[in-house]
Amino acid sequence: MISFRDVYKSFGPKRVLEGFSLEIREGETMVLIGGSGTGKSVVLKHIVGLLEPDQGQVEVDGEIVHALDRKALMALRSKIGFVFQFAALFDSMTVRENIALGLKRQGLPRREIDMRVEESLALVDLDGTEERYPAELSGGMRKRVGIARAIALKPSYILYDEPTTGLDPVTSAVINDLMVRTREKLGVTGLVVTHDMKSAYTVGDRIAMLHRGAIRQVATVEQIRRTHDPIVRQFIEGRPDSGLDAQQMASGAPR
Amino acid sequence: MYENVSVRVASALATVGRIGQFLADVGRGLREVGSWAGLAAVQMRRIGVQSLPLALIIAAFTGIVLSMQAAYSLAGATPVYFVGTLVEKTVLMELAPVLTGLALAGRVGANIAAELGTMRVTEQVDALETLAYNPYSYLVVPRVLAASIMFPVVVAIAMGMAIFAAWVTAVTQIDLSTNDFVKGLRIFYKFKDLWYGLVKALSFGMAVGLIGCAKGLATKGGAEGVGRNTTDAVVIGAAMILVLDAFWAVVLL
Repeated sequence: MISFRDVYKSFGPKRVLEGFSLEIREGETMVLIGGSGTGKSVVLKHIVGLLEPDQGQVEVDGEIVHALDRKALMALRSKIGFVFQFAALFDSMTVRENIALGLKRQGLPRREIDMRVEESLALVDLDGTEERYPAELSGGMRKRVGIARAIALKPSYILYDEPTTGLDPVTSAVINDLMVRTREKLGVTGLVVTHDMKSAYTVGDRIAMLHRGAIRQVATVEQIRRTHDPIVRQFIEGRPDSGLDAQQMASGAPR
Repeated sequence: MYENVSVRVASALATVGRIGQFLADVGRGLREVGSWAGLAAVQMRRIGVQSLPLALIIAAFTGIVLSMQAAYSLAGATPVYFVGTLVEKTVLMELAPVLTGLALAGRVGANIAAELGTMRVTEQVDALETLAYNPYSYLVVPRVLAASIMFPVVVAIAMGMAIFAAWVTAVTQIDLSTNDFVKGLRIFYKFKDLWYGLVKALSFGMAVGLIGCAKGLATKGGAEGVGRNTTDAVVIGAAMILVLDAFWAVVLL
């Protein structure tokens, strides 16, 4: 289980998280929605210890992430797959090397690594691309390799940062389908950060909305669809209503 | 005014703190030998191959000019074989390490800063961390070690090239015999001339590597940030070479 307890985080004068609390239960896929620049990716980076909270704590499997020593943090990270917004593949490595890198770190034998690379590429329908470089792949293919790199680790958790941003509708649907399949086949707990509501409805068990640094509402997909909360409604319907909230949501401006 | 001063002092202290933190992280990264051992060899090949043509060109022209200027400056005042002496002292102790170092501050420093800067802004460094790698042992240590080892190697080759070019120039342009040139080279030669130049080269390599990595990893703000930090890495690297040059002169001579 992943839990955020009253987390505060600022970057200079910009307050990003202000009393952020959320629990992601074992086996579920939680979708975190919110406007651009509201701090959704910041939430993800706290889980793997890339950022530390100014106040409050983030726990994974009962361990407080920012209190872990380097070795324990590395052990925690090897349980978590992270799919980056723009895939973050290593340019100088082939697809095979990209996927194998994390497996080498786990000290797996060569044959096991080769097998896992093939399995994970097959799962994302990219068999035969092992020797290609990231520059030779389309945006959608790069994202799928990013997912393959994460699932090859056989993680307990997968974190997706804007998995469908910048993709055409068909490729977005492929990625959504892939996220659902990954959960079904591997049974991993997932946290998906997105502002794509179609994706949120497709892959999520529950949806949480981040607004002004805290959770505005967290509920099942059906409850969110029927919500009466004006801010959540405005967001999920994509209405450019007048008012400060909408403007702030659009600009991600500090308060 | 006091507010301005306190802001500047705080900013300077923060910079010192960041440098200390960076060096401590590199020190910790050094302990993970398994992460950097193979990569250091790759970086050494890359830095060596990348640097050699430029270093050889600079050395060749330096040797030519030095030979001609020595002959011109010493004409009538000292025995002609002093051309060899002047070439030996200036090439080994100053020109080969410093000119090569400055050129490599541009070539190698920019390359390291731009590569790591691009990795930082495209989240590849974050990705590395999430795959349980320490970016200091995986990215920084191999580059700093490679630069520290390869700068003296390249400078030693540059020393040879500069002396060779000076000899060819002396023989063909100023009618100095090979025997006289070699006599001049050897007459005041001390082993310290050589190791002094190579120690300087090692320190230049380490400085260029560390500054390139620090600036690369500190990059923010996309392509503009990569450009800005790459330029900073070259400028600071070149300035640090001159500072270290003066430092070694005071400490070792």
